[in-house]
Amino acid sequence: MINIIVELSKYLLAILVILYTLQCFQMFRKREEHRQGILLGKQLAVIVLFLSLSFLVMFLKSGTIRMLLFYGQMLLYVAAVQVAYRMLYKKASMLLVNNMCMLLSIGLVILCRLNMEKAQRQFMIVAAGSALALAVPVMIRKMQFLKKLTWIYAAVGVVMLAAVFVLGRTTFGAKLTLFGVQPSEFIKIIFVFFMASLLWKDASFPQVVRATIVAGMHVLILVMSRDLGSAVVFFITYLVMIYVVTRKPLYFVGGMAGGAVASVIAYFLFGHVRQRVTAWKRPFSVYEQEGYQIVQSMFAIGTGSWFGMGLFQGSPESIPVADEDFVFSAICEELGGVFAICLILICMSFFLMILNISLQIKNPFYKLIALGLGTEYAFQVFLHIGGATKFIPMTGITLPLVSYGGSSALTTIIMLAIIQGLYILREDEDEELEKIRKALEQNAQEEMGR
Amino acid sequence: MPRKKWGDKKTDPSRSRNKPYAIVSYMFVAIFVSLIVWLLYFNLIKSEEFINSPYNTRQDTFADRVIRGSILSSEKEVLAATQIADDGSEYRYYPYGSMFAHVVGFDSYGKSGLEAEANFHLLNSHAFFLEQMKNEFKDEKNQGDNVVSTLSVKLQTAASNALGDRKGAIVAMEPSTGKILAMVSRSDFDPNHLEEEWDYLTSDEENSSLLNRATQGQYPPGSVFKIVTALDYLRKHGSVEGFSHDCQGEITKQEHTITDYDRTAHGQVDLHAAFAYSCNSAFVEMGVQLGGMSLREAGEALLFNKKLPLTMDYRSSVLSIDGRSVVPLLMQTSIGQGNTLVSPMHMAMMVSAIANQGILMKPYLIDRVENHNGDQVKKYMPAAYRELIPAAEASVLAGLMKEVVDYGTAASLGGQGYTVAGKTGSAEYGEGEIKDSHSWFVGYSNVEDPDLVVSVIIEGGGSGSESAVPVAGAVFNSYYYG
Repeated sequence: MINIIVELSKYLLAILVILYTLQCFQMFRKREEHRQGILLGKQLAVIVLFLSLSFLVMFLKSGTIRMLLFYGQMLLYVAAVQVAYRMLYKKASMLLVNNMCMLLSIGLVILCRLNMEKAQRQFMIVAAGSALALAVPVMIRKMQFLKKLTWIYAAVGVVMLAAVFVLGRTTFGAKLTLFGVQPSEFIKIIFVFFMASLLWKDASFPQVVRATIVAGMHVLILVMSRDLGSAVVFFITYLVMIYVVTRKPLYFVGGMAGGAVASVIAYFLFGHVRQRVTAWKRPFSVYEQEGYQIVQSMFAIGTGSWFGMGLFQGSPESIPVADEDFVFSAICEELGGVFAICLILICMSFFLMILNISLQIKNPFYKLIALGLGTEYAFQVFLHIGGATKFIPMTGITLPLVSYGGSSALTTIIMLAIIQGLYILREDEDEELEKIRKALEQNAQEEMGR
Repeated sequence: MPRKKWGDKKTDPSRSRNKPYAIVSYMFVAIFVSLIVWLLYFNLIKSEEFINSPYNTRQDTFADRVIRGSILSSEKEVLAATQIADDGSEYRYYPYGSMFAHVVGFDSYGKSGLEAEANFHLLNSHAFFLEQMKNEFKDEKNQGDNVVSTLSVKLQTAASNALGDRKGAIVAMEPSTGKILAMVSRSDFDPNHLEEEWDYLTSDEENSSLLNRATQGQYPPGSVFKIVTALDYLRKHGSVEGFSHDCQGEITKQEHTITDYDRTAHGQVDLHAAFAYSCNSAFVEMGVQLGGMSLREAGEALLFNKKLPLTMDYRSSVLSIDGRSVVPLLMQTSIGQGNTLVSPMHMAMMVSAIANQGILMKPYLIDRVENHNGDQVKKYMPAAYRELIPAAEASVLAGLMKEVVDYGTAASLGGQGYTVAGKTGSAEYGEGEIKDSHSWFVGYSNVEDPDLVVSVIIEGGGSGSESAVPVAGAVFNSYYYG
């Protein structure tokens, strides 16, 4: 009997996520405020249904009351975030808030399935982070000096990364953590602030050279710490920001070519880079060692097929670090390929939305911040999913908001809060412009009247 | 709340200013779409390769909810089925005992053969959904799907009986489709009694009964390799007509002598006669003229040193000669000795391509998957691997092979209701003066419109004509006369 519910739930969950994805893209077309409002309400309903159904299944399969408690917790969280933003920031983008809730829900559901203890810990961090992040939009507005701290950002970034390299603890062959936190995550934000504050006013050649030197130091330290995923994210973000601000495709093309050459050099220079490539190209030949992860991940994705095995029906725990670097594979196995493809589309719509916000911001510094943070998000998603599905070599990076990992979740929540702050600023700008335009019109009319 | 202009570019006067944004968004959309396409491609096409990997133990958990399906012959005779013992436990039953031991394989102590290849299908149920729901309610297992193989019990029996208790292997396949109809490997074992015999089987290196000799056996090809040497000559000269050699029963170059079988002096021979009588001297002369690099290229065209398009475990054939090889090795290699090693399956594939106008069809064992009521779930269609050699070259080689049966070493296959083309071989093995040889025959029947390729090796069976040819004859007879 329980199995029937589980079997049915697979299809229902797929339908729910398809609905949510469609709604995301519909938002791009609907412009009237009230219709958007209806759509946002529907999205929220889908999130709640998704949580209800998946926790019902997990409760039935595991038989633990903790599942129900966690479900209650999740509902409270979603409600609190929704209410807080609607009350505190009337002009906030609720689509952004919805997307955050949806991705966190997917992540915490799969975490509950994999490891209840970790799920609980993650939930606490997410809840605390979201509460803190509520202050960020106000801070963005007040802290006008943020654009002047260029070299402080650079110094903090390089010093912190270097500290991890020297003092950090090695996990999975990479030096990532310092006192339990993963500084490279937070430095992602600082790095974008550095790039934006350096280039917003002046994107002349000497400035680009300065940006290149600092970005190069970041990337180099990360490669030496074996944090290849972060290194690539920093590099791509650097390239995209330079390209957009200078409007010179040559920088981008040249940068990509340089990146390609650097990758080849890294391949021959570092054994750990070679290992990743071998595991990607011929996973079975190194099955006992570095190929094991990726092969298990492919077994999971293949076995899951289109609609998945159903929650608690597969064996995602057989993939090493399924809750972090391979969370996408765990989702493919239990929730299915259709669900996974929708997840990719949701992430894509999320990125496009951030890009759109950046496009419409007038303040060049904030514009660049939104662009940089969006790029980091999108490319990290690409690296994670591409790595887990053997599309590209594994870089060992989390799926933002979905994977387990306090630093990653906290960073992404703060990133989104910053973007939210910028969005609200833009709405203010618009309102101001509207006022000025109205005032001018009135003046003109008065002139006419006279 | 977002109120306006979601990417409303048409009315945006600053459109040209947004060009970098447009490019960045297109690029990222492109990489996201490529991820989706890859995932679709993987799920549609690539996933089977991973799911069926012997390393994948994931699907074994399905066995908790599904009764493993049966493996059937092409005529739907049961080759392997799960039965329930008196105590309610399941066990796997193989009605034909050791006859299909290697090709059907076993499901305990790891998996092998079709049991491994079809594991995913056998443990998946496509029973009617109402029936599945009923089983769920009653908390009973669903019946897994059945796998209908391409194997013919009739042909397998004939091949198995013809081989008798000699060690060796036989492969029979359809050159036009790639369907494998029979695959015998001996020495063998009874998969019904694996538990009692396992320790013995794994420690018995003399017989290597667990090894599937058809695909994993590594034998010197002997005179069967003359097909490759002849192909190389044909490629270099555009025809096989210009060759002539006066055979004295042995040939010596650089103080290395190779003799003909029984030291028979064949006298003045052209390539046709040299091939039909399997004249070693002529082919040594030919090979030395052609050179090692050229011979290697001809061999690699026929998939020596290459991966084979096989879904089962196999070993690639070895042809370790090149332009720098010394003359004695070149002499040896020209007649299929030296360091050359092949599997009977590879030889069957080589002949299959020759019979099929140069095009190799991918060999396959699973014809279709059905649910337990016989409704088709999945059908496997014949698929070309690729053209190994041009049709014109294949046709010349086929002509040479036809003459082997017309008046050469396989003449005993002539005069039947069907026509045969083929090549015999006796492959010397072992060290020292007294050398024994494996007996080879590869060939196909119905020369005009080839029906069946047969590849036979009998370990220590002497010359091809003595042992392997009659066995192949028995398989052909069974195919045509039942």
